[in-house]
Amino acid sequence: MSARPAQLPHWIEIGVLPILNVLLALIVAGLILWTIGANPFEAIVFLVKGAFGSGYAWGYTLYYATSFIFTGLAVAVAFHAGLFNIGGEGQAVIGGLGAGVVALAFDHILPAPILVPLAILASCVFGAAWAIVPAYLQAYRGSHIVITTIMFNFLAASLMVYLLVDVFRDAGQMSTQSRTFTEAATLPEIAAVFGWFGIKIPSTPLNLSIVWALICCALVTVFIWRSRLGYEIRATGLSPRAAIYAGIKPAHVTLIAMAISGALAGCVGVNEILGVQHRLLLEFVAGAGFTGIAVALMGRNHPFGIILASILFGALYQGGAELAFEIPTVTREMIITIQGLIILFSGALAYMNRPWVERIYLWLAAPRAGEVPSHG
Amino acid sequence: MDDVVISTLAATLRMATPLIFCAMAGLFSERSGVIDIGLEGKMLAGAFAAATVAAETGSPMLALFAAVIVAILLSLVHGFACITHRGDQVVSGVAVNITAAGLTVVLGHAWYGRGGNTPDLAPEKRFMPVSLPGADALRDVPIIGPIYANIISGHSILTYAAVTLVPLVWFVLYRTRFGLRLRAVGEAPAVVDTAGISVVRLRYSAVMLAGLLCGVAGAFLSISQNAAFQKEMTAGRGFIALAAMIFGKWRPWPAFFACLLFGFLDAIAIRLQGVSVPGIGHVPVPLIQALPYIFTVVLLAGFIGKAIAPKAIGLPYIKER
Repeated sequence: MSARPAQLPHWIEIGVLPILNVLLALIVAGLILWTIGANPFEAIVFLVKGAFGSGYAWGYTLYYATSFIFTGLAVAVAFHAGLFNIGGEGQAVIGGLGAGVVALAFDHILPAPILVPLAILASCVFGAAWAIVPAYLQAYRGSHIVITTIMFNFLAASLMVYLLVDVFRDAGQMSTQSRTFTEAATLPEIAAVFGWFGIKIPSTPLNLSIVWALICCALVTVFIWRSRLGYEIRATGLSPRAAIYAGIKPAHVTLIAMAISGALAGCVGVNEILGVQHRLLLEFVAGAGFTGIAVALMGRNHPFGIILASILFGALYQGGAELAFEIPTVTREMIITIQGLIILFSGALAYMNRPWVERIYLWLAAPRAGEVPSHG
Repeated sequence: MDDVVISTLAATLRMATPLIFCAMAGLFSERSGVIDIGLEGKMLAGAFAAATVAAETGSPMLALFAAVIVAILLSLVHGFACITHRGDQVVSGVAVNITAAGLTVVLGHAWYGRGGNTPDLAPEKRFMPVSLPGADALRDVPIIGPIYANIISGHSILTYAAVTLVPLVWFVLYRTRFGLRLRAVGEAPAVVDTAGISVVRLRYSAVMLAGLLCGVAGAFLSISQNAAFQKEMTAGRGFIALAAMIFGKWRPWPAFFACLLFGFLDAIAIRLQGVSVPGIGHVPVPLIQALPYIFTVVLLAGFIGKAIAPKAIGLPYIKER
């Protein structure tokens, strides 16, 4: 139908187009706010103030962002291999289970410096294991990974309900949660860490997991762009047939990419279970797995973009709570709506704006480049 | 014991109703080559629209109509992204689900301020259970009587519509020109295009049919089975329906039976909640609720027969290449 897409400069591809898509999503969100009688501009002020207005607000924003970095990276690594891991939610649940099981088993025996790394490792291993089954079924049995990972989300939820009701529930408790871990199985709050150096900042759920999240970002960057396996993953994602020709086995790549993806998603359990809740409970993931999809799409599957997108979503979550408080007609679910719209515009409609941006760019760039044959 | 069996079977039909509508919706969309994991979101939006319109106008028919329109609009968004702009069909489906989950609560809260729920509906504003002719007369006849009066009779008109829908979908898919073209466009769109038939128009009609049926499913949930919209009231039924459709290997009758099976599991799970069964003891209900997903995964992995998806599923059609 249309001609081959023109080569656009890098800053348009990774700057202008993504920002345009997010802006469109926010404009639609603004229209929704306006429909229900809230002033969108006022809402933005409350949102920004709620998310960044104080040290306390920053703490919460970054705490939410931590989980989104993990799930965003998880989705991105799978995307690079050409796979859509929609199962981040389930992998995060099982990752938290891993951390919780290790914590409950050893928190009276092992000291924190051994137990915490062990629990983090357990999150990764459990998350990876939950992702490897759909990966195996896709690679060797031909089932579609999207459908299997959706099913595995529900399986994870059912398994967790079963375990918490029938296995881990604290004997004296009615609510479905385990006993609280001892100090040895907890990651310290950032406020506590600052306190060791005599700096006082407000106490928030923000904990050392954010350091682990940033380390994961660095590791993923090196792995995807600087390692042999990362090259194989990207090659398979770009063209499985070319990858086979180059001697890469797509089945292996599927397994490895999904294992890493699942391990990253599992780290949500580090943030929530070891960092904040200090016990096993239901629904601690609270949609972070799905937010990861929006984060990865918005961050263009690059760790740096993912950090930015995670902070934006963290701000939406934290600011959204303030917004709901200040404007009573608006609920926190507005954030879910925005998330859906961002997935729509940055993901499904990612190339909607390309043709006209391309036309404007060519029109602006053509005379200077001197490529247009002169009339005359 | 008879009472238990009868009420469980009646509950099976009730539980299966939204699944049947959604599975048939998915069937239309996916047989045309468009993956539809947005069944859940369209059903949820339909449920919300129905409950709102029923509360405002008091007319269940108008409510049903509104549900269908809203769900079709969402399916058009899906179509616009995947058919017109050749976006990723799975990503678009996720977007539909998440947007619907958020927007229904946002609007519900702004309009009614009940944490996203809509006002409770009086019976005359809903589709209530109807008694089939002769149900009362036959009630005392042994065996047939209770089956007819208590299992078959006494459902909402929408449940009967769901059951009649299945042969209808079968007929449309396998005995009409439209159905032939629809199946062809899911297998080999280039061939359909060569024959001078518009791939885009066919896929849009399939996607809109899917929206229509999801809307009915949503209306059933909010104005027939329940008396109001509640936040997240679809509770994964859209995905169970998707599973049923795959379990039925993208064919109407097997998908229908899968819906009945999954509806039955649902009915059993509710009945066994907190009950100790003689001989087995305490039954872990979450594991029963997980069975549909386990079945589907096992089936997809090719351990019980082979589920083969339409060939062109998930691939945007690019003309002239």
